Amino acid sequence: MKPRHALSTRVWHWINAAALVVLFMSGLGISNAHRYLYWGDYGFDPADAWTAVMRFPNWATLPQRYNLAEARDWHSAGAWVFALALLGMWIVMLVNRHFARDIAAPVSAWAPSHLWAEAKAHLKGHFEAEDGAKYNTLQKITYGVVLGIMLPLMVFTGLAISPGFEPAAPWFIDLLGGRQSARSLHFITAFALFAFFVVHIVMVLLSNPLKQMWAMIAGGKE
Amino acid sequence: MTRIARRSLLAGMAALGTAGCSKIDGFAASESGKGLFDLAEDWHLSAHRTLAGRQALAPEYGPEDRSPSFKGNGSLTVDSPIYKEQLAKGFPDWRISVRGLVENELRLSIAELKALPQRTQITRHDCVEGWSAIGEWTGPQLSNLLDTAKVKPEANFIVFWCADVLYGRQYYESVDMVDAYHPQTIIAHSLNGEPIPEKNGAPLRMRIERQLGYKHAKYLTAIEAVASFDDIKGGKGGFWEDIGNYQWYAGI
Repeated sequence: MKPRHALSTRVWHWINAAALVVLFMSGLGISNAHRYLYWGDYGFDPADAWTAVMRFPNWATLPQRYNLAEARDWHSAGAWVFALALLGMWIVMLVNRHFARDIAAPVSAWAPSHLWAEAKAHLKGHFEAEDGAKYNTLQKITYGVVLGIMLPLMVFTGLAISPGFEPAAPWFIDLLGGRQSARSLHFITAFALFAFFVVHIVMVLLSNPLKQMWAMIAGGKE
Repeated sequence: MTRIARRSLLAGMAALGTAGCSKIDGFAASESGKGLFDLAEDWHLSAHRTLAGRQALAPEYGPEDRSPSFKGNGSLTVDSPIYKEQLAKGFPDWRISVRGLVENELRLSIAELKALPQRTQITRHDCVEGWSAIGEWTGPQLSNLLDTAKVKPEANFIVFWCADVLYGRQYYESVDMVDAYHPQTIIAHSLNGEPIPEKNGAPLRMRIERQLGYKHAKYLTAIEAVASFDDIKGGKGGFWEDIGNYQWYAGI
């Protein structure tokens, strides 16, 4: 019998999860070095910041104390794992049709009435997809946005902050509105991903968590 | 090599999974941890130079894009009576030497530096902390001085020696020959058309435009060509590298 989750999906899921934990926690440590975010090319004066970020406590950072150099080591190493795994997963998803078959939502499913009906069912605790599909439309759109927009945006905004990468594609940093805008977008997207992570965990806990976890490890049944 | 790196990575992930901070710290300080971090840093350097080219320029801005001021960070002065006296007089007796693995040692005054062909560039300065400032820098290209001094073939790095002392240690930095001969690598004497202010490194400051601010050595006194920086100070190629394990390649 075909497993619910392909081996490639399971391997990527856990590599990605580990990489995101390392990147998020080391990122919080890096944020503590200068807790102000700006729009545009430059920004150094807190008076010009659009927001002042909280100081993240040591338990939330990697390493578990303030050490910018070591946080940057974790972040720069984790970035390779995260970006190459994401690239690999995209190639696999397109080749084995996981994206086209399970994640891409047909145009009809995007109708507001359909989405509203699904949202109501979701709130009542009915998570099953219709027509034998693996995911319902809300799940498809969420996974599509995470895989197609948010995760790649983390890679690209991260590259845009790097002064050594910038000469390779200066137009891209301009497109994002300048380096400090790219830095702000990197931060905002990281927290959007964190919000996804929280909802993702809650959803698993609400829908037979042990079976769901085991399916993402051993494969599960279709 | 890759097998070891992969195993180190798994060890890192496992250390993280158990969430023991002593284990994480232990991993980062271990040989496999350092090896993995150094490998990742090397890959970033290679990727940047492959994607952009070794001589690719950092973006330059228009005069209207400059930030209204330019933040000073790290050392904000040199704590010595001679420096204060020179600062007040406009550095008439300040000399910069070019030495080490060169055929002809040089010793130049600020006026002699200003007499060389100049490059003016409006560039963005990115601090490792995350902030950026934009300013206009003017000075001779380092490549010009290195050509005049005739760097010997065995030289692999250029070390920048500074007058400032931070946490009881002399500041210094180093770059490889790719960045040393990069067209935007200049010995700046002016910021926004004025002599460089005290807090920004008066009278001379290196510009290493494709790397973070701590590579841009301030209060510059000497430029030394070396084969290796293993035996210099802490052996890691720079003040922050020695004192805090900051990355020698600061292009990330």
